[in-house]
Amino acid sequence: MSDLSALERFLDTDPRDGGCGEAMELLHVYAELLRRGEDAARFHPRIAAHLRACGPCKEDLEGLLLAIEDGAG
Amino acid sequence: MSADVDPESAEWVRALAVGAPARDAAVARLYAGLLRIARAECGRRGVGGDVDDLAQQAATDAVVAVLAKLGEFRGESRFTTWAYKFVVFEVSATLGRHFRRTSPEGWDIEDWNAVPDRFGLVPEQQAEWHDLVLGLHKAVHEVLSERQRRVFVALVLNGVPLDALVAELGTNRNAIYKTLFDARRKLRARLVAEGHLDEPGGRA
Repeated sequence: MSDLSALERFLDTDPRDGGCGEAMELLHVYAELLRRGEDAARFHPRIAAHLRACGPCKEDLEGLLLAIEDGAG
Repeated sequence: MSADVDPESAEWVRALAVGAPARDAAVARLYAGLLRIARAECGRRGVGGDVDDLAQQAATDAVVAVLAKLGEFRGESRFTTWAYKFVVFEVSATLGRHFRRTSPEGWDIEDWNAVPDRFGLVPEQQAEWHDLVLGLHKAVHEVLSERQRRVFVALVLNGVPLDALVAELGTNRNAIYKTLFDARRKLRARLVAEGHLDEPGGRA
């Protein structure tokens, strides 16, 4: 992997990226698909593209997955 | 709400509806659950000091959001998952506001010496990245709008959390993300045009 890879990844934009608004709207649906072991990225490719680029939304998804686990326990 | 919503979720919606008998008890139960999640989430994010104050604030705001949006629950997930989403968002927003209140000013300072650290560029390989970083610096000033430059400098050069900048600018996460997204696209196009990067991906 190139020394420049992090900077290159930052500059790369995915046209499928639906933005924070779309991800936040459906994060509960996306999280439950993941929790059931389903291919959430296939059902919601725009959210998957966004989560690859947006640290805060990815952080929220991780928190939500743990919350589901906690709530189920 | 769709007809095939699970019974537990349907019960939550019934119990929290305006005018429902024992609604106060249901709201208290919701608050208790969201507070537990907020505490855990603050802990996961390494919040020190006044964790309980922040968690209580996030849980209170989340309950308000859930009650205000109750009519929008469509049963696409369990009710609790939908409600947990709001408390996770409120933890993010609360921490963003907290960062804004407690961090030093200077989010607009352009410290380009921070770029190598931000992107893990090591001094031993400076020959590989030096021109690209110089090109990036130039492009930030030549192709970005004032607002795009402000967002780039705060988030990228100063490492300001997105939700803190949202609070600072009085906008929402999506608007800031879109501003940075457009800035990234413009910067890459300029760096490709000037021969610093290949299109797509990879260096020239």
